[in-house]
This record gives sequence, structure tokens and C-alpha cells, in this order.
Amino acid sequence: MGTWSRFNIASIVLGFGFLYLPIVLLVIFSFNESKLVTVWAGFSTKWYTQLWHNQALLDAAWVTIRVALISATCATVLGTLAALALVRYTRFRGRMLFSGMVYAPLVMPEVITGLSLLLLFVAIGLDRGFWTITLAHITFTMCFVAVVVQSRLLSFDQSIEEAALDLGATPVRTFFAITLPVIAPAVFSGWVLAFTLSLDDLVISSFTTGPGATTLPMKIYSQVRLGVTPEINAICTILIGIVAIGVVVASIVTKQREAQRERDERAAFAQS
Amino acid sequence: MKSLGSIRRSFAPWADPASKPFISVKNVTKRFGDFTAVDDLSLDIYTREFFALLGASGCGKSTLLRMLAGFEQPTSGEIILDGQSLAGIPPYRRPVNMMFQSYALFPHMTVENNIAFGLKQDGMPKADIAARVAQMLKLVKLEKFSQRKPHQLSGGQRQRVALARSLAKRPKVLLLDEPLGALDKKLREETQFELMDLQQELGLTFVVVTHDQEEAMTMADRIAVMSHGKVIQVATPAEIYEAPNSRFVADFIGDVNIFEGAVGGADGGYVRLEGTNGFPIRMASPERPATGGKSAVAVRPEKIRVSRQPPAHAPVNAVQGEIWDIGYLGDMTVFHVRLKDGRVIKASSLNAVRAVEDPLGYDQEVWISFGEDAGVVLKD
Amino acid sequence: MTRVASALFSRLVIIIPYAWLLFFFLIPFFIVFRISLSQTAVAMPPYTPVFDLFGGLSGILEKAREFSFDNYVWLTEDVLYFNAYVSSVIIAAVSTVLTLLIAYPVAYGMAKAPKTIRPTLLMLVILPFWTSFLIRVYAWIAILKPEGLLNQFLMSINVIDQPLIILNTNWAIYIGIVYSYLPFMVLPIYSSLEKMDHTLTEAALDLGCTPFTAFWRVTFPLSLAGVVAGCLLVFIPAVGEFVIPDLLGGSETLMIGKTLWNEFNANRDWPVSSAVATILLLILVLPIVYFQNAQAKADSEGK
Ligand SMILES: Nc1ncnc2c1ncn2[C@@H]1O[C@H](COP(=O)(O)OP(=O)(O)OP(=O)(O)O)[C@@H](O)[C@H]1O
Ligand SMILES: [Mg+2]
Repeated sequence: MGTWSRFNIASIVLGFGFLYLPIVLLVIFSFNESKLVTVWAGFSTKWYTQLWHNQALLDAAWVTIRVALISATCATVLGTLAALALVRYTRFRGRMLFSGMVYAPLVMPEVITGLSLLLLFVAIGLDRGFWTITLAHITFTMCFVAVVVQSRLLSFDQSIEEAALDLGATPVRTFFAITLPVIAPAVFSGWVLAFTLSLDDLVISSFTTGPGATTLPMKIYSQVRLGVTPEINAICTILIGIVAIGVVVASIVTKQREAQRERDERAAFAQS
Repeated sequence: MKSLGSIRRSFAPWADPASKPFISVKNVTKRFGDFTAVDDLSLDIYTREFFALLGASGCGKSTLLRMLAGFEQPTSGEIILDGQSLAGIPPYRRPVNMMFQSYALFPHMTVENNIAFGLKQDGMPKADIAARVAQMLKLVKLEKFSQRKPHQLSGGQRQRVALARSLAKRPKVLLLDEPLGALDKKLREETQFELMDLQQELGLTFVVVTHDQEEAMTMADRIAVMSHGKVIQVATPAEIYEAPNSRFVADFIGDVNIFEGAVGGADGGYVRLEGTNGFPIRMASPERPATGGKSAVAVRPEKIRVSRQPPAHAPVNAVQGEIWDIGYLGDMTVFHVRLKDGRVIKASSLNAVRAVEDPLGYDQEVWISFGEDAGVVLKD
Repeated sequence: MTRVASALFSRLVIIIPYAWLLFFFLIPFFIVFRISLSQTAVAMPPYTPVFDLFGGLSGILEKAREFSFDNYVWLTEDVLYFNAYVSSVIIAAVSTVLTLLIAYPVAYGMAKAPKTIRPTLLMLVILPFWTSFLIRVYAWIAILKPEGLLNQFLMSINVIDQPLIILNTNWAIYIGIVYSYLPFMVLPIYSSLEKMDHTLTEAALDLGCTPFTAFWRVTFPLSLAGVVAGCLLVFIPAVGEFVIPDLLGGSETLMIGKTLWNEFNANRDWPVSSAVATILLLILVLPIVYFQNAQAKADSEGK
């Protein structure tokens, strides 16, 4: 390993400082007594208690979570299938088009995706609202799931599937008994990614929504346009907290699992 | 009980015209795009035979095995198993099982569930499965490890799980793709004998792929030597070694010295060659190459004698040279003897006694010689 | 029976996601294009002619005669749109370069970090990605405002005595884009640097390169695939970015994503916004296709 020079350390510290400082400031000022976000006037949690009484906000949060749960689940199924199609079937008609359609949404500007989906929903006469947002989210998040699952499938030892076929399992059985359990962690990360992307989305939701379906980002956006308030900081802090707890728990669990695995492996070799 | 060796010696169904092959590979060709991996290949394998496919890397051994297992379809030709064509039968319907080179153990299942997997697919009753799994664990001596996951096992243990899993269904044929490839030398040699015992005990037909010739010689009843998708020779290990049918086989298996020459005629069961190395050769041969044509004789190093004095039959099958190099291997010594024309001949002699009083040294003038039945006349 | 099921299964694996993407991703583009040829109308939907899929071929042909390229002519006549396209591309390009300049040293430092802390660093780069985009952009408003935290800080240490005007300028947009897209640039560069054999650099040093030339002639070219992927991942979405110019940019900053949004939401002019989207897509088609090919190539190499 080359040396980890002072320059390397400095660039990491500065880079990470840049990434985290704004978020840290935002969290700090959510506990500000004053309504002015930029002047510290003492510690308070009043903005959090106020949130509890903001029914419109709670409704929006509930819509957002339902959209995210449904769309992440459907997107995971579709994205996993898409990844399988890309990795396992190297030759079928229109494969070029297919892989293009999987990769393009990863970089497609959201305004285009949003507008085009809206026009589709209008053209087929679908009432806009909860379900159109969900359909739109399925469409753009499934491609992220596909990419995550695909990279796992690429490193997958296919001979274990052949072994299952060889032992008499039909392809369908092989998929459910062998392939799916082995790629399950990647499928799960795909689900989590789809879930957070859906929670987060503003632009596509705004285009495809209809009366009565307001998501949390849309709510936050309309308030942000009116100015910065500690209340918004409080919502943001809660969302960040949820994500941070989730990530920390997940990483502790995987760390422990890996440590356990390493111990097992060492034990196995000590024995043989 | 008869010893393994005596059973083996009397086992030769391929020599019996009345016996029917269990597996028949008939003119099978497999192409990947415009690359031919297996080229018009035909083979017969008999029940209870331990059959080895031997050949250099990339010669199509795995491809042939995968066609037997059903993972690849032949481009043309036909494979017949027990009188039934395998064409169009998917892998999960074939009465053959395979042991994978990478073992392909299911990482999310315990040893026990790995072994039971195939039985569950057949819908075997639970009690029977448990009994069979226990029997298999005992067979491969892994009773204590039934609840472990594959990553909690050592390499040798994994290999035994893979073996137990592929044997659990009592397949008619077991295909093994480099089963011992991932083991170290010592474990490998032990396991070779375990595999042979197991095959005898269960009365199965084994087709094993390897590119380790020693392994093939040790284990197999017959060996097929492959090259570029074709079978060059199919014979018992002894025949392959002592009577290779071609220069390729002679060269591929063990060390060999090849003496070329023009055919000078034949008498009785012998062929005479005007050797190009400056001495005439007389060699026993069942066949008679045409007089005047080119031919060659292959002689193994251990069949070449090195001596200070010329042998009685000189100059036939004998020539002078000087010792160029000596390799002492413990159980034997290998001499490299340089002939007048610069060619280096390999000869080896067993060190049967502890020390020779006047050992041969570097640069000494010596005679190398061989008997009239020490080598084979090669056809090509 | 099971064989039929198996064959069906393998078909479905392809057909289901394929059909979904065709219907929800590809076909909508054709609809966008078609509507960009229509006229605005006070109705719902607010354009004419409205296609009636059940009107039969003759009906469609009849309606098709009403199509025109008027909206595109309109786009070329109004210099506002042209400027918006140009400034979007320029802002995206400048931001991409800035992101690269910041991301590369970070990725390089991460790749050189001790193996034990690399997973933690990697997680720290990915973590902001999980938090809301909107929140991260919002956080900058409080920092960049004239009376915001940055100015307070700079004034307290006497670097400046007059607040800097950053919010509602292009600088705020650059900061916003760099900040939001930094992980997208760091990750591909890091992964290409991380799997690189570090003995290559040693070999170059051994052959007489200075550390800098070794970096420039060996390390950098080998990380180019990651650099290209990162730049595309930043540039393409940044061209059509809406949230960042809307929240951080000024009223005089033109970006096409914002223009499209306004055309659609404020003016309710669906045909013109469709035309805007169509042209934006045409501008981005080349980089997108390039991105897809790079991605597909990386995948087949991963195999
Ligand atoms: N699916 C495939 N597509 C294209 N070519 C293939 C495929 N499978 C095998 N080949 C080619 O066929 C040839 C024979 O391969 P095979 O795996 O049978 O070799 P092998 O004799 O088993 O070699 P080794 O001893 O290295 O395992 C090789 O040149 C290989 O590149
Ligand atoms: Mg092989």
C-alpha cells in the first residue's frame, strides 16, 4: 500500500467537512429557540412539538410513506426481473433497447420523466393522484434496483444454479430455492434504495400528482419557497435521524455478521 | 473379500464384444459460434467403469461433461444413456449427477440441507431423506458437521460435502469435473483412493475430468486422452503408458524419448529403422509400417540403460554419448545424456541400493541402450 | 407441465420489465413529441387535437393534419429559450468540472486510506445520498443568505466587512450542484482507483517518473473510466436540474428545467413545455447513449 500522505488526509477531511457541515448546521438550528434560523437564541424543542399538531404535514408524511412502501416493493420485483434479464439472457430481440431503457432513467432529468409520465396518464385517461405518483415512482426507481441487483448477479457463481438443476430442481424451483436467497441482500438494498428515492422525490411527484395527494417533499418545498423556518429544519432533522439510525444499525449488523463469519472460517481451518 | 486390485484386473467389459455400453457418445460436435469445442467425438463408457477424460486445458473436457449433464446441447450427434437418447432432456430430468469443480455448494444452506436438496426435489418422504443424509454424512465422515454452513468448512470438507450431495440421489452416473483440483497434494492423493473405494462400494459409473495425468493413471479403469475436441486414444492406463498410439499421447503422458528414422523393413514381429541419430533400431511391433516410410520409436526413460561398456547387442539399439546432467530425486536418478549430434536423451534408474561404489559422473563417456521390446513404434 | 412453466418463467423474466419500461418510459416520449406538435387550448387536457385512440386510422390521419411545428418555431423566435438552453449546458459543464476537481482528491485519498477504514469512508460518502435531496439543497439557503451563517462567520473573523451576495446568483447554483452530486462523482472514481494495482505506480517511480508524472501518466489514465462515468452522472441530470436553480438561483438565472416547470405549472402551456422537453432530450441524447454504452461495457467486463 502506498503511503497515506498528509495531502490525502487533508482532502478527505475537507471533502467530508463540505459534505456534512450543512447538514450538521441544519440539525443544530432545528433546536433554535428563535424563529430566525440563522441567529442562535437558545435551545428549544418547541418546533418538534409544533410539528405534531400540523395535521396537513402528518397527512403528507403518511401519503409519502404509503407511496414509498408500495412503489419500492413493486420496483424491487420489476428491477430484479430486469437485472436477471440483463445478466442471464445475453441475446434476445431488442436487448439493446432494453438495456438502454434500464440505464437512461438513472441520468434522465426529472422534469422530462415527470412531464412525459403525466402526459401518458392524461392520454390513457387515468385519474391523477396517489396511484399515478406510485406508478411513476415504480418506473424510475426500478432502474436503480436493477443496477444494484445486476452488480450482485454479475459476481454470482452460476454453477450453484447448475448444481440445483443437476439435482433435479426445475428452473422455477431453482430460482426460488437458490438464486433468490443468495441475492437477497442485494435485493433488499435495492428495496431500501427505491424506498428512499421515492420518499425523496419532489419533481416527478409534482408532475404526476392530482388533487388530494400531496407528498412530504411537495409540502416542504412549498414552505421552503416561503422562507427558511426552524419548523422545516425540525422535519428535516427527523428524516435525517431516521436515515442515520437505519444506516448505523444496518452497518453494525453487517459488521457483526462479518466478524462472526471470519471467526467461523478461522475455526474451520484450525480444525482441518 | 477380494482385494480391490483383483476386482479391477478382471474388469474389462470394453474387451467383451457382447457387453453393451452404458453411455454412448455418438459423433458429438459442439460449437460455440464458429469455435468448435468438441469435434465429432465418439466414446463408449460401461457400467461400473471409472472413466477419466484427460487433456490439456481448453481441449473440451468440461464441455463434454456438461453435455452429459445437460447444461449444453450438442450441435450435432447424439448421447445415449442406458439405451435412451438424452436429446432434449433437461438436466433436472437426467439420472446423472455432477460434482462441480468449484463445488457449487449452496452458501445459504447447512451441510445437511445441501445433501438433502436433491432428495427433496424427488419428493422423498422426510424420514427416508433423514436416513439417506445420515448415511451420506457417515460415508464422507462429516457426521459432526451436519449443521455447518459451507463457509464454516475447510476446503477438503467442502469437497466431501459436494461429493456426498452428488451421490445422495444414487445417480446411475456421477460426473466429476476436476474433483480434486482445489486440494493440496497430500489430501489429493488420499482422496483419490477414497473416491476409488467409494465407486467400488456403491457400484457406480464415474466419469472424471482431470488434467493431472498421475491422477488419471491412479484412479481410472480407462482413460480417454483428448486434444482440440477430439479423442486421440482410449485405453487402460497401462496401455496408454506402454503403448501410446501416437506421438501426441506418448508425449502427453510421462516423459519419453523419441527416435526417428526411415523404415528399413520388417522381420517376424519386429520392425527395423535406419535411425537418424546414427544407430539402427530394432523394435517389436504388431504392425508393419511400409518400407522406406518415415517412422519413430518412443522409449520411456526408465527403459533406457546407461552403462560404461557397450552392451552385447551394440550397435543395434545402442549409442554413445556423454553425461550432460544428473538429477538425483531420492528414489531414482535421472540422467541426461548428450549424443554426438547434440540431442539429449533422458534415462532414469532406480536407486535400489543405498550407495553405488563408483557412480557415474558428469562428462563421462557412456553407452545408452534399450531392449527390443522397450518401446513402441509410433504410427504417425 | 413443469417444462412449460419453466419456459414461460424465463420468458416472463424478460417480458414483464420490458413491457413496463416500454409503456411507462419509452411510449411517454412519443406522447411528449406528439403533444409538442399540438396547439394550446382552454380545455382539459389543455391542447388540441386530442388523440382518440379509438377513432380508427382515418380519424387519426384526419387529426394528424392539424399537427404543426409552430411550437418549435416559437421556441426559436423567443431568445429566452435559446439562452436558457445555452446557460443550462454551461452551468452544468462548469459545475461538472468543479465537482471533478473536488471529488478526485477525495476519491484518491479514500483509495489510499488504510484498508480497515475504507468501508467507513465509503459509507460516509454514500450516507448523504440517502438523505433528501431537497433537504440538502435547503440547508444551503441558511448558509448562503446575506445574513446567513457563512457571512456571519467571515465577518466575525474580519475577512470581509460587507456581506457577500451569493444566494440567488450562479455561484449558489454551482455550490448546490457540486454539493448534491459530489457522491456521484466520488463513487465511480473511487471504485476505479481502488481496484487499480498500486504496484503500477511503484513501477513507474522505479522507471524514473516523479510522483507527479507517475500520477499523471499512469494513475490518472487508468481511472479515466471512472472519471467519465462520474462526469456523465453529474452533467446529464444537472442540465435539466430544477430544484437547485429554483431554490438557490436568482430570478435572472435561466435554466431549462426551471423554464419547463414554469411553462407547465404557471402558464399551463403543455404543448410548449413538451417542445421544450423534446429539445432538451435531443441535446442530451448523445451523452445518454454514451453513458449507456459505457455502463454496458463495464458490466460485460465485470462478468
Ligand atoms: N459457453 C462458451 N462459449 C464460448 N466458448 C466456450 C464456452 N464454453 C467453453 N468454451 C470454449 O470451449 C473450449 C473448451 O472448453 P472446456 O471448458 O471444455 O475446456 P476444458 O478442457 O475443460 O479446459 P480446462 O482444463 O481448462 O477446464 C475452450 O476453448 C473454451 O474457451
Ligand atoms: Mg474444465
